[in-house]
Amino acid sequence: MGKISNQHLIEKLTAKYGEQISAISEPYGLLTFEATRTVISDLLAFLKNDEELKFNYLTDITAIHYPEKENALGVIYHLHSFYNNVRIRIKVFLPVSDPTIPTATLLWDGANWMERETFDFFGIQFTGHPDLRRILNVDDMTVFPMRREYPLEDPNRVDKKDYFFGR
Amino acid sequence: MGNFITEITPNRPVYTDNDPQGELTTLNLGPTHPATHGVFQNVLQMDGERIVSGVSTIGYIHRAFEKIAEHRPFYQITTLTDRLNYCSSPINNMGWHMTVEKLLDIKTPKRVDYMRVIVMELSRIADHLICNGILGVDTGAFSGFLYLMEEREHIYEIFEEVCGARLTTNIGRIGGFERDFNEITFQKIKKFIKNFPPILKEFEALFNRNRIFIERTSGVGAVSPEVAMSYSWSGPILRATGVDYDVRVNEPYASYQDFDFEIPVGTTGDVYDRFILRNEEMWQSLRIIEQALEKIEKEPKGVFHADVPEFYLPPKEQVYNNMEALIYHFKIVMGEVETPKTEVYHAVEGGNGELGFYLVNDGGRTPYRLHFRRPSFINYQMYAPMSGGMLLSDAIINMSSLNIIAGELDA
Repeated sequence: MGKISNQHLIEKLTAKYGEQISAISEPYGLLTFEATRTVISDLLAFLKNDEELKFNYLTDITAIHYPEKENALGVIYHLHSFYNNVRIRIKVFLPVSDPTIPTATLLWDGANWMERETFDFFGIQFTGHPDLRRILNVDDMTVFPMRREYPLEDPNRVDKKDYFFGR
Repeated sequence: MGNFITEITPNRPVYTDNDPQGELTTLNLGPTHPATHGVFQNVLQMDGERIVSGVSTIGYIHRAFEKIAEHRPFYQITTLTDRLNYCSSPINNMGWHMTVEKLLDIKTPKRVDYMRVIVMELSRIADHLICNGILGVDTGAFSGFLYLMEEREHIYEIFEEVCGARLTTNIGRIGGFERDFNEITFQKIKKFIKNFPPILKEFEALFNRNRIFIERTSGVGAVSPEVAMSYSWSGPILRATGVDYDVRVNEPYASYQDFDFEIPVGTTGDVYDRFILRNEEMWQSLRIIEQALEKIEKEPKGVFHADVPEFYLPPKEQVYNNMEALIYHFKIVMGEVETPKTEVYHAVEGGNGELGFYLVNDGGRTPYRLHFRRPSFINYQMYAPMSGGMLLSDAIINMSSLNIIAGELDA
């Protein structure tokens, strides 16, 4: 669909960032790779400001939790270049003990609430964020409910047990 | 568990530092104010009638859809998407089904695509009707709203004919529809596209060149395209600023590439532009529906779903009388079907903008992670900053024209 091929993007990014970019794949044509948190700010700025790439639109920021992995928390960025009509997905994996990552609010104002939502549900600390508070949950909640260790319902409830359907 | 709430902390003070003389009034607009059409709270600092600053508080109807979705098989997630933007739930339902189809690499027949296009464009019209009608009410013009509500009723009757429900439709299946459009459906759609244009014309005649309406709305909430894109706006409000981004064109889904239609864009991005743009989009939607009806005639009759027995729920009569259908029914309901371990992002153009589904699948019964990119949530974050300096009454119509739906905002 886009004017820039994923192959060209990969070459350009690996030439600049080399080892910092890994696990490159293209599920359903959407270029996906992992980056480290040391380069993420620079990488996002490069993608946004590069004359050729121009990933000017931040579609989404969200996170994912893989409890069995060493770096369990993943922050996932979806960027979109309106000029080339290309999307890109960047993941940064962080350890649960130190889930800090630089904010993207300096590049896109819209990142503000997306990062607040990610903080609210996964506890990712976006350093440099102007107003990192909970957004959808109550202010005095002490946990980050979208992490896998928190069950959907209170596990002590007995009235809704359903042994046959695995819930 | 049971340790979620530890102690009640007092509410955060709002910008106490920019009012050393104590001259400003703090005003709680919402959470249940009749002028805000939903559960929105904005704590505003007012200088007379003018807003100095404000803070939005959201989350009043947060229902943890993303968490629930991690515990439900694909079909049961459709009902969650209904409750995102409940003014145009068929778009959400089909957006979700198309996400799963993309994950499973299912090709739907053209006729299914055209049927989907008809239903989605009808819901887009219903969504825009609500928004523009309410905008009229907020500016003090009640009659236009009443004309339009009758037409929305006709759209809901079509939905009722297609799937049996009106508001939270739960329409369609993975791979297509649960049943074919019947004759009455086609009659109702044809009747609608015949009767709706004069009413929309009359509505436009009431508003478009109405001096009171223009003076009330033009220049209110004007946004430059750079700022709008920086705030990740999408949908009609982004196009009103002059950016021609529409998912239907940029990444066509459901065979939108087969249709001849235009993407209207505005120039100033103010409330008046958004109003005009939504009206124009309704005309374009009508064009698309007319073309889709023509195209459906040329497709083989009676095709209303793709041939994917492992994912398409079989009809109930067959489940009771046919062994294979029973097996498939069981496998689908129990989530026993193999699915690829990968991730997919699919976006559709919802009533308010780019509605995205980010699905990470681990091959299990339920998604490993499902994230909704909800346009209302992302569009709304600019509301409080842009309200600074506005009159209170302007902020009200600005919120109406952003068309923020509380269900989609809080998810």
